[in-house]
Amino acid sequence: MIALALPAETTDEGFVAPTIEDTHYPDILPWGGEYGVWFEGGFGKQMLLVIFSVILIASFFMAASRRRQMVPGKLQFLGESAYGFVRNSIGKDIIGGRDYLKYVPWLFAAFFFILVNNIFGAIPLLQIPTFSHPGSAYAIAAIFYILWIAIGVKKHGLRYFKLAVVPSGVPWYIMPLLIPIEIISNFLVRPVTHSLRLFATMLAGHLIITLAGSAIEYMALSGSILLQGTGVLVLGGAVAMYMLEALIMVLQAYVFTLLAAIYIEGALHADAH
Amino acid sequence: MFNAAIMAAEEGANPLIPNGWEILVTLAGFAVLMFIVIKFVMPAFEKTFAERTEAIEGGIAKAEAAQAEANAAREEYKQQLVDARAEANRIREEARAEGAQILASLKEKAAAESARITEQAHVQIEAERQAAVVSLRAEVGTLATELASRIVGESLADDARSARVVDRFLADLDNQSAGAAK
Repeated sequence: MIALALPAETTDEGFVAPTIEDTHYPDILPWGGEYGVWFEGGFGKQMLLVIFSVILIASFFMAASRRRQMVPGKLQFLGESAYGFVRNSIGKDIIGGRDYLKYVPWLFAAFFFILVNNIFGAIPLLQIPTFSHPGSAYAIAAIFYILWIAIGVKKHGLRYFKLAVVPSGVPWYIMPLLIPIEIISNFLVRPVTHSLRLFATMLAGHLIITLAGSAIEYMALSGSILLQGTGVLVLGGAVAMYMLEALIMVLQAYVFTLLAAIYIEGALHADAH
Repeated sequence: MFNAAIMAAEEGANPLIPNGWEILVTLAGFAVLMFIVIKFVMPAFEKTFAERTEAIEGGIAKAEAAQAEANAAREEYKQQLVDARAEANRIREEARAEGAQILASLKEKAAAESARITEQAHVQIEAERQAAVVSLRAEVGTLATELASRIVGESLADDARSARVVDRFLADLDNQSAGAAK
């Protein structure tokens, strides 16, 4: 943020780089009225996209799973592969056991919710990864924070907190050092990193694309042949960054879901760790 | 730079501060998605998977049963083939033994028959010989007696006469035998 604000301050009439403010579009449906510090502004593009993603995912998988055939058609095969991927390579492989299926819907919904919302950032016109807004990232990470703590408490009772913070097989005199570290890492840092990882990668990627886009626009319209020539290079770089960002969008959806599965597994088998 | 940061923070552009509406929309959206996944999508997929697994396992079991059946049938055929071969061998052996037996018995019978025929011939020849001897003896006796009486009836002193008598006798004998031959 600070670095991005820098060129804007030093060059007044030159290139004005977009800031984070530019990733927040004007409200589509401003309902005015501010309810506290957090609830400012109205209904924006980002929220519309979140709702759109839910409709998109739900309708696709409803359509794919409606006609249950032994030999699947294209749509059903696609849906089954997508579902089977989360179910088997995340749910079964990480959580395992007999009851991993109980947690598959959480992982499945989270994976495709995040994936589709991220991919929005790579689609022209939609062009905003909804998790580049911190609210969404906090919300989805909080859901899993509460979920894995609830799973731990349900499975082990209040003893879960002891199991989670007191490592086994460690000499007693290290305990005073280890227990605070475990508390901080498990219960404080974990949800923060879980949400910020997603949010930061999406925001950074989106900003790079925005920056490159506005730079290309500025160079193209500058009237200077040199700048226009350089703009072609920037365009090439921007396409490469776009590809990289698309990769990261998919990767982050996978990483988020994978970590969620690891946290759930850790809560389930807290006594074995 | 520092000023810009402060200014940005004052403008509310701190990227870490969330918008409450966005949190609510995300939570609501995820809740709706979870509901649909738990209620419709996952049961449908799981049911399909289970049915498919069952179908495949059923197919495998069926194929295994068919294979076992085929194996059993093949074993049976093999057994039958072995049995048939043994049976054929046995029959052939039997036939050979029987043939040999028949041959031996035929040979024996033929030998016995020939022996019997030879014996019969011997007996017959002996009997004929005996009969010939008897009849010859009787005939010779008769002839001798007749000859003797004829000789005794004529004069034995006359040699010519005696010779004539013998000649006549012999001629008679010849006539007799010629008449007998006729």
